[in-house]
Amino acid sequence: MDFLSMNAQGFPLLSILVFLPLAGALVTPLLPGDNLARWWALFVTLAVAALSLPLFSGFDATSALYQFGEHRPWIESFNIHYTLGVDGISLLLVMMTTLIMPLCVLGSWRYIEKRVPEFMICLLVMETSMLGVFLALDLVLFYVFWEAMLIPMYLLIAVWGGPRKTYASMKFFLYTLAGSVLLLVAIVALYVSQGTFSIPALMGQQYSLGFQVMVFLAFFLAFAIKVPMFPFHTWLPAAHVEAPTAGSVILASVLLKMGTYGFVRFCLPITPDAVVELLPYLQWLSVAGILYGGFTALAQQDMKKLIAYSSVGHMGFVTLGIFALNERGLEGAMLQMINHGVTTGALFLCVGMLYERTHTRDLNASAGLGRFMPIYVTYLAFFSLSSLAFPGTNSFVGEFLILAGAFFNNAWAAVAAVPGAILAAAYMLRLLQRVIWGGTDNPDQSKLSDLGWRETLTLAPLLAFVFWIGLAPEPFLRVMRPSIGHLLAQTGYQAPNALALADLFTR
Amino acid sequence: MNAQLFFPELVLCAGCLAAFVLTLTGPSARVPRLCALVVAALFAAACFWSLPLEGSLFAGAYRVDLFSQMVKCAMASGFVLILLFGADLKGVPGEVRPEYYLFLLTSLLGLTLLVSSVELLTLFIALELSSYSLYLLVPLRRGEGLRAQMEASVKYILFGVAASGIMLFGMSYVFGLTGTTYLDQAVPAMRALAGTPIGAAALLALLAGLLFKLAVFPFHFWAPDVYQGASNDTAAFVASLPKVAAVAVLLRLAAMAAPPEGLAAGHVQAALTGLSVASMFYGNLTALAQKDVKRMLGFSGIAHAGYLLLGVVALDAWGFASALYYATAYVFMMLAAFLGLCAVSPDGGNLTVDDLSGLHKRSPILAFVLAASMFALAGIPPFAGFMGKFMLLATAYKAGHGVLVAMAAVNTALAIWYYLQVVRRIYTVAPAEGAGPIAVDSGTRLAGICLVVLMIALGLAPETLVRLAASAVRMAM
Repeated sequence: MDFLSMNAQGFPLLSILVFLPLAGALVTPLLPGDNLARWWALFVTLAVAALSLPLFSGFDATSALYQFGEHRPWIESFNIHYTLGVDGISLLLVMMTTLIMPLCVLGSWRYIEKRVPEFMICLLVMETSMLGVFLALDLVLFYVFWEAMLIPMYLLIAVWGGPRKTYASMKFFLYTLAGSVLLLVAIVALYVSQGTFSIPALMGQQYSLGFQVMVFLAFFLAFAIKVPMFPFHTWLPAAHVEAPTAGSVILASVLLKMGTYGFVRFCLPITPDAVVELLPYLQWLSVAGILYGGFTALAQQDMKKLIAYSSVGHMGFVTLGIFALNERGLEGAMLQMINHGVTTGALFLCVGMLYERTHTRDLNASAGLGRFMPIYVTYLAFFSLSSLAFPGTNSFVGEFLILAGAFFNNAWAAVAAVPGAILAAAYMLRLLQRVIWGGTDNPDQSKLSDLGWRETLTLAPLLAFVFWIGLAPEPFLRVMRPSIGHLLAQTGYQAPNALALADLFTR
Repeated sequence: MNAQLFFPELVLCAGCLAAFVLTLTGPSARVPRLCALVVAALFAAACFWSLPLEGSLFAGAYRVDLFSQMVKCAMASGFVLILLFGADLKGVPGEVRPEYYLFLLTSLLGLTLLVSSVELLTLFIALELSSYSLYLLVPLRRGEGLRAQMEASVKYILFGVAASGIMLFGMSYVFGLTGTTYLDQAVPAMRALAGTPIGAAALLALLAGLLFKLAVFPFHFWAPDVYQGASNDTAAFVASLPKVAAVAVLLRLAAMAAPPEGLAAGHVQAALTGLSVASMFYGNLTALAQKDVKRMLGFSGIAHAGYLLLGVVALDAWGFASALYYATAYVFMMLAAFLGLCAVSPDGGNLTVDDLSGLHKRSPILAFVLAASMFALAGIPPFAGFMGKFMLLATAYKAGHGVLVAMAAVNTALAIWYYLQVVRRIYTVAPAEGAGPIAVDSGTRLAGICLVVLMIALGLAPETLVRLAASAVRMAM
């Protein structure tokens, strides 16, 4: 257990974080009335968010160890343990999840009118499984959380979704499940080869290249579908468009990150030789995703679809950063995961708020809101600028680091990815221009009310993060640096040094 | 003779006698059910009480050990739950209800005797006792059209008798080869012979009877028809308890196929591997096309038998323990599914997948139990189905059956489709016109909650059961 720094006071902070939402979900059916269920879910998610703060403040940013560790036997016959721990790679993802969830509850406050308690139960169960995925240090525990997430997400889309909810939810479920059954086989293969399911113990072992490639491909399929990497992305637009706002936010902010987290957590340290062997393919697939996502987003009339396809592009940047296999690239990728979560989550919330008022997501029908909804369009403008990586916003830092990293590993791929950034500017500015200044041939819009205090409050924290990360990313990069260094050392891949310019930027 | 060892069976025998007397006194629905419930509760208590007991009876033909008692406990719990949710027996004609409970009890007695039998003829007689009772139970159905249940029972009897015949044939070979019908002597002797053609033929013939009970391809023909033709309550019994008993005996007998140290695995293992793959693919692919829910569950049962064989082909203690764990979990998953079907069906008739539309509006608890059972059968965490499948995959992979494991993984994905169709109908489709709320009695409610808790508890805390299964299996091997 030398990789795990146990929790000093013996206070099981991580377990409480993971299972508090589940406990909250179990209480929810007992509450009378829809409003009480809403307030209860908000209370529970806020409590989880508050409990995650000591995680950040107590985290030792100089160490690459898994911290706040918990280790208990679970199924000893198969050497399966209940091991939780947080390191620089999972810390920010955990924080983001706990931040996003209360906002999801707030974002669904009026949006969800039927079967509210059940909806809140699904949200809370989702939170448990998502936190579990980021904190589990045992492969079976990880897999249980990974798969358990499918059920509430399926129900979120299938029950509270849009007109084509059945199609979208089935597609989501089948795609992700088809990917993860092979993940299970890979997990079993690793167990048979090393006799353990402990994730840290499986890292940095000597496996034959053939074995690594097999395991990597199984991992890759599961994670690439989740990310989703081009060409495994086809479930995403349907799921995003049909899901209720909170579902879209969770999908964009957290679920997609589970895929990229899987690449970083499993593929790089467990199958490094296979990654290096397949590196060019992975990089070019990322570039293809960036360009494809950009071009397709440009052609969308439905705002949710536009943001969904932009996600494919943004996640392409993240995978490009991961497979740059150097410090800059990985730092950028990790940061961009958070950025995408904050920005795209916020954009989906914005679309949801508009949809509550106009019951349409069509760009033309929502045109010209600038005069009537000043607070709304201000938010929308900032989040759009963040999405297109405007300097001073969070995504700029992330994309810059990713491109800096990619340039030093595969300059051609990096050059090919740059138009992706331009495309992002094109489709986001098109969206902004339409919504704020577009022709107002729709007479109803003058009657639209601007954001209320609840909605303003929902978006405010996300905007704060946009600027905080954009202007002072160092606190966020600092916590992940030792873990990334350790991770790169484990891959044993001699990546070229990153740009001196990038150093200037982040110090 | 130590009568303590035989206590659970004695309870059942007394129960059978009481039920027989009730069949003579006249058709009252309440009394036989009450009697069956009391017997089931006493039987369950006796099984759990005798869990630590060990010993032999009847000149060594009958062994009570952890293995047998564990399976009996699983069957007893399942039986109590069946009686709990099967209060109104909508599908069974009123005048034969006393007989219905009588044959249910005799079948259970047969299954109970089966898991403790360690002598081939005792085993055969126990198997036949349980089978004949089931042959009688299947046609006991309120007649909507007699054809279906007649076809089911005729198929069941014909295939059952043929399977029994083949099994007897195998037994005679085993006896001829080893000179004994006692398993403790026959198993080591057969292990040395399992590699030879004659040994393999004997073993395969011997196993055929059990593969029939498990509905492994190509012994599966009866299963979908019987599930469809029998009343919902009978099908709940047929689909669950005999399966776990059959697995238990299969494991005892399959120990014969485990080659001694240093010898390569023989034809039996190869044959079981083939049967496993064929069962999985046949079961899942055919289930995809089914509209009748019970028929779908019948085909999915064939696929599950294929998964179970994953543990058997490993031919080691962990593989057997995984199979036993999975069979136990399967009992509860199946019962949860049938609980939903029994309660939803208005008159005990068969349900199509469409009949489940909008169930969440008609009865949230039934919808939840049914959806949970579907997710469990599909093998999605945190339900027991996942943990069971995972262990089966792990042990099979460890034993070097990588390709088989990959096939099973593909099949898991295939099966999701039809299980999810049920969940989809329950939660996302509006109920049919005139389909009002469903009244759920307290017994069904209690059984439903118990089953969901059991499925999750077995999935999240499998350690106790797996350990128990592992030590039990070592005892049986």
